[in-house]
Amino acid sequence: MKTRADINQRLGFVMLIVCIIIALLALSSLIYFIASNGIRAFSWTFFTDIPRKSMTAGGVGPAIVGTLYLVLGSIVFSLPLGVITAIYLCEYSPKNFTLNLIRMSINNLAGVPSVVFGLFGLAVFVKLFNLHVSLLSGSLTLGILILPGIISASYEALIAVPQSLREASYALGATQIQTIRKVILPAALPGILTGIILGVGRAAGETAPIMFTAATFYSRSYPSTIMGEVMALPYHIYVLMTEGTNPAKQTMIAYGCALILLILVLAVSAIAIYLRQKQRRKYA
Amino acid sequence: MGLTDKIYKYIFMIIAFSSFVFLLGIITVLFTEGLPVFSFTSVINFIFGKSWYPTAVPPEFGIFPVILGSLIVTLGAMILAVPVGIGSALYIHEIAGEKQKMFLKPIVELLGAVPSIIYGFFGMVVVAPFVQNLFKIPTGQCAFTGALILGVMAIPVVCSIAEDALSVVPKSYREASYALGANRWQTLWKVIMPAAGSGISTSVILGISRVMGETMTVLLVTGGAAMIPGSIFDPVRPMTSTIAAEMGEAAVGGSHYHALFAIGLVLFLVTMVMNIVAEYIGRKYRIKLGLDV
Repeated sequence: MKTRADINQRLGFVMLIVCIIIALLALSSLIYFIASNGIRAFSWTFFTDIPRKSMTAGGVGPAIVGTLYLVLGSIVFSLPLGVITAIYLCEYSPKNFTLNLIRMSINNLAGVPSVVFGLFGLAVFVKLFNLHVSLLSGSLTLGILILPGIISASYEALIAVPQSLREASYALGATQIQTIRKVILPAALPGILTGIILGVGRAAGETAPIMFTAATFYSRSYPSTIMGEVMALPYHIYVLMTEGTNPAKQTMIAYGCALILLILVLAVSAIAIYLRQKQRRKYA
Repeated sequence: MGLTDKIYKYIFMIIAFSSFVFLLGIITVLFTEGLPVFSFTSVINFIFGKSWYPTAVPPEFGIFPVILGSLIVTLGAMILAVPVGIGSALYIHEIAGEKQKMFLKPIVELLGAVPSIIYGFFGMVVVAPFVQNLFKIPTGQCAFTGALILGVMAIPVVCSIAEDALSVVPKSYREASYALGANRWQTLWKVIMPAAGSGISTSVILGISRVMGETMTVLLVTGGAAMIPGSIFDPVRPMTSTIAAEMGEAAVGGSHYHALFAIGLVLFLVTMVMNIVAEYIGRKYRIKLGLDV
């Protein structure tokens, strides 16, 4: 005999299944529409050529390269800062006040809306430091944006290194910095790598922070200097959808850009998630 | 500790303060570039003024419609994201087996990694025309569509944080509930959910904060009118998209430029308060369950 509690349980579980189906449906329809339309824009020239006929023909080569440079620049900037911050928090275990202050800063920085990073980059890098709208300004801005993620991933990796490794190194007479360089960092490297990869995915997709600091509408050539403006995939999608005179053709190119970006971000994130699971299992 | 070790320690310490310096820098920039707008308008007129005509002569800097735009799309998004996100978290926690979990958790994380420009683009070319036909409205680029897309974007945030909160509820709670004769649903609904309550509320707050700061989606999907909307099917212009859309045209150092930084300041303060509240609740929750902080 079914009691009321059984019926409630059945109803409740059905409700939860509906929820997860909605979530999965949203992701799959997004991927389906972007992939099925985007693939039609793909061709060799699409990846290598510059935009032609006021963005209705040709390719998006400079935008792809621009995005790769921006990602590289932001990692070069944030990686040393992030890893050293994590080392300091984990290995030197500073006093409570310092620790809390730095932690609070990281948490708050992680929650700052991306457009606010754009404002900061505009006021500080573009105007105050006079770096103009450039690859450099954009990389620095994106670097600050991904810094909290790099720190947390590195911290998680460092804290997972077993205490016995540290003790063994000290017992052999190594100093603290030797222990960090030769024992702890190598052991934590896969975890730090995960953080870098997640940072790559994040930096590649961000648009608002580079709108006023790095991105340009249109470029006839590939980026050649870090002081120059660059095209970038996410910003190019925005431009294609809001400017120009031929929406139909531009939408097709935008689909192509969106698919490149989606593949890049999903592949990179999937690798990072896989690496992290492997890591966690190793120390679990 | 040797001298070299000491030197390294201090170098590392200085570098570790970079996050603090950046945060301080952001706050300083927002105040120094935002506050000058109050030589053109009063704080009250800025926040509660109903007209935003920054380039008119004389310009009007009332951001009430813009704040309202953010609130409407955020509220709408959370109506979708909170039940679906928490429901998905409960599914992953309670119903999914190990194999399903191995598959679902990364999927949810991937959903969260999709860049907002792609959601915005998808919303603009697929969802907005659909909404327009469905409701027979003049344009699909409106508050409703914006809320729908932002809601989908917030699902993974709510889901993954809520799932974390559920997974740290001690097993003994569940066992005690079963021992008293409760079934799985009663245990989930009346024991585990309440025990994870503050962790779940953290997920909701962080979801709100994320949605409010989202820029590219609303820029492409909600239309562009900085007016007080008559219904959810009217276009709105939230705070983020106002900054993104207008900064390109604003003359540096002009009143419009400062007004946009002031909007950035309002946005920053609102999201920061929410993040701090979320962190505070989260910390208390972990202490309550006897976990390390």
